[in-house]
Amino acid sequence: MLDQVKDGDLENAKSMSIIVTKGTLDWAYPPFILGTTAAAMDMKVTMFFTFYGLPLLLKKLDMKLTALGNPAMKMPMMGMHMGMPNLMSMVPGVDRAATTMMKNLMNKKGVASIEDLREASIDSDVRMIACQMTLDLFEYSPDDMIDGIELGGAATYMEVAAKSDINLFI
Amino acid sequence: MTEHVLNAEGLNCPLPILKAKKMLKSVPSGEVLKVISTDPGSVADFAAFCRQTGNELLSSSSEGDKYLFEIKRS
Repeated sequence: MLDQVKDGDLENAKSMSIIVTKGTLDWAYPPFILGTTAAAMDMKVTMFFTFYGLPLLLKKLDMKLTALGNPAMKMPMMGMHMGMPNLMSMVPGVDRAATTMMKNLMNKKGVASIEDLREASIDSDVRMIACQMTLDLFEYSPDDMIDGIELGGAATYMEVAAKSDINLFI
Repeated sequence: MTEHVLNAEGLNCPLPILKAKKMLKSVPSGEVLKVISTDPGSVADFAAFCRQTGNELLSSSSEGDKYLFEIKRS
């Protein structure tokens, strides 16, 4: 009984909102890591998916990585850290190879997959809102998205943000 | 009293915390969850996790490349 009260008592719990605006493999991590961890620390979490962050709610995830515009991206290779010249991204197959390489590296280092973190978000009752405008703009249907999400707009987010202790834009 | 042990070896941030939280839900109040991790970051993270959630960090130690935590469920 006491346990139920403790677990269910979110009245005084801290809260966090995150605006998720980017959908590449690397940018997908910070919001899901912080969202799941905050929920594990008994915070109420809301994630608002907009623009390129919206596809992170698609049933089938297909995130890619690119070295383009990311000169800081260096991968451990053959005992060194190798960067990739921006021009390389133009070569067909290079971004795909970089994506595979990153996924293998993450797997090797015990880093969770985005699929797993998204599942953990759902399990820990993170509220996920898909931006209605972005759905219209990029011609997605709510049916393309995973179950358990809500649709909303800027006002829906602002209402949450006004009451949250922490608001992040990623 | 049953022993509650979470083996989080090989897992990286934030998985040890997420799995510990999930397991703590099934640990009765006052009982202890032991966590074994190989993530050096988990030392600071379990301390912060416990301060925030009100669970008591009874001990935090290391043995070789392993980190051991004992968390008393609030």
